[in-house]
Amino acid sequence: MPSPKSASRQRPKYYDLNLLHLPMPGLVSIFHRITGVVMFLFLIPTVLFVLQCTLGSETGFNQWKSIFAQPIVKLVVLGFVWSYMHHLFAGIRYLLLDIHFGTALEPARSSARIVLALGLIATVLVGVRIW
Amino acid sequence: MVSATKKIPVGAHYGWQDWLAQRVTAVIMLLFSIVIIGYFMLKGGVNYAEWKELFRSQTFRIFVLVFFLSVYYHAWIGIKDVLMDYIKPAGLRITAQVAVLLFLLGCSIWSVTIIWGV
Repeated sequence: MPSPKSASRQRPKYYDLNLLHLPMPGLVSIFHRITGVVMFLFLIPTVLFVLQCTLGSETGFNQWKSIFAQPIVKLVVLGFVWSYMHHLFAGIRYLLLDIHFGTALEPARSSARIVLALGLIATVLVGVRIW
Repeated sequence: MVSATKKIPVGAHYGWQDWLAQRVTAVIMLLFSIVIIGYFMLKGGVNYAEWKELFRSQTFRIFVLVFFLSVYYHAWIGIKDVLMDYIKPAGLRITAQVAVLLFLLGCSIWSVTIIWGV
């Protein structure tokens, strides 16, 4: 057992809690978790509510059509689109890792970069489409 | 002679089931997403009549429900993992897990009423 004296001795710390300093695979991982929780809390009920309103009546359909035409709502939609797309691409990467594809350090890093890029590209494409 | 006993050294394999279910539901959602995103990218928008017509097809209804149920099962496993990582007190964790489970059960029932209510 270390004595209290040695335990309290000044030791170097290598923690870097800044997200931006995470290695790429770490960034993909934490975004995968955050987007999952965000979609669970907000996207699921929103999608069900919008589905109910738009299928319920033509008035509801047109109401939501004009809501989705607002720029601020489009930004929220794009936020959800990025969440969905990042979660999806990161998920595909994990499925590939599960079957031992790309588990070495360098391929894992480059696939993480690809996942981050694909999520953003997909969001931009949808953005172009809805604007 | 002592015969070798075939003992199963681990528990009920729940962890393995969850792991597999998370991946199976992921693949279902992936396939559904490709079809739906492809459809809307090609078609652009839909008007009310087309939107309603789509949901009158029994095949489409079943596809959508399978997708939603996959989402809820997938979310249950994922959120349970997150709760297990961050909430240590057992009582609090179980309360949170039950809340998530009830919410997803409610969503499942709500989904059925929406899809078959058209």
